[in-house]
Amino acid sequence: MTLKEVKEILNAEVISGDHDLNKEIKCAFAAELLSDVLALAQEGALLITGFTHSQVVYAADAANLCAILFVRSRWPNEATQQLAIQKKIPLLSTSYMMFETCGILYEYGLKTCALKVEDGKD
Amino acid sequence: MERTDNNILIHKTFHIEGGNFPNAGTISDQVKKTLKEAGFPNSIIRRIAIATFEAEMNVICYAKQGELSLFITPHSLKVVVDDEGHGILDINLAMSEGYSTADEKIRELGFGAGMGLPNIKKNTDEMILTSKFKQGTHLEFVVYLDRQETHLPFE
Repeated sequence: MTLKEVKEILNAEVISGDHDLNKEIKCAFAAELLSDVLALAQEGALLITGFTHSQVVYAADAANLCAILFVRSRWPNEATQQLAIQKKIPLLSTSYMMFETCGILYEYGLKTCALKVEDGKD
Repeated sequence: MERTDNNILIHKTFHIEGGNFPNAGTISDQVKKTLKEAGFPNSIIRRIAIATFEAEMNVICYAKQGELSLFITPHSLKVVVDDEGHGILDINLAMSEGYSTADEKIRELGFGAGMGLPNIKKNTDEMILTSKFKQGTHLEFVVYLDRQETHLPFE
């Protein structure tokens, strides 16, 4: 699936990175915790999140993720957008909630990138 | 550390200000840039960038201030972090996944899940952590270049 298809399926708006919409998305990872992104997301994943601080771009860049899709119509500020442009990480925003966003993309065949966690007990 | 490597090709030190959440990520970003410019493969850069990001967050969250140094040698990439701050009371506990002393502010920023130190260990070949409670923490981690299959810039 390409980023363009993700955009169309979810009726998403492209915040930045218009010219990178042909990027192929192998898999996706959804998280509201950057700790989880750094620990579990695999290289090349599309990150689905509601988290819009600039740290989300730094984390995505550190983990070599391919793009960020914000849910719940979340929209990052100008500084975060500029950082994403500099890092060549396309940003999209959809009005769907997290659960629906993931469900729709899964239904269209996009798979998970996360490894299974064996023991998540506190 | 397993092997002392005195031939330092690049050494950079960065200051980290504790509590400066808006700047979080900028130090690991600079480390990543340095490694990219030096021509390391993405797979190695990713491991160090993730570990450094976690280490940087720990200083911002739990210390007054700290210094992070990157050492590039022909055989290894090493990062050393020294901070003045809370310190860690029980290192074994801190190393267990899910254990965290993070407050609300840290959690609002998407951190403090108790995954940081285990994730540094996971992404590096060696990790040393020592701490004096209420004084500070010393952390170092290494990725050995000759354990990689990919082509290296110094070869």
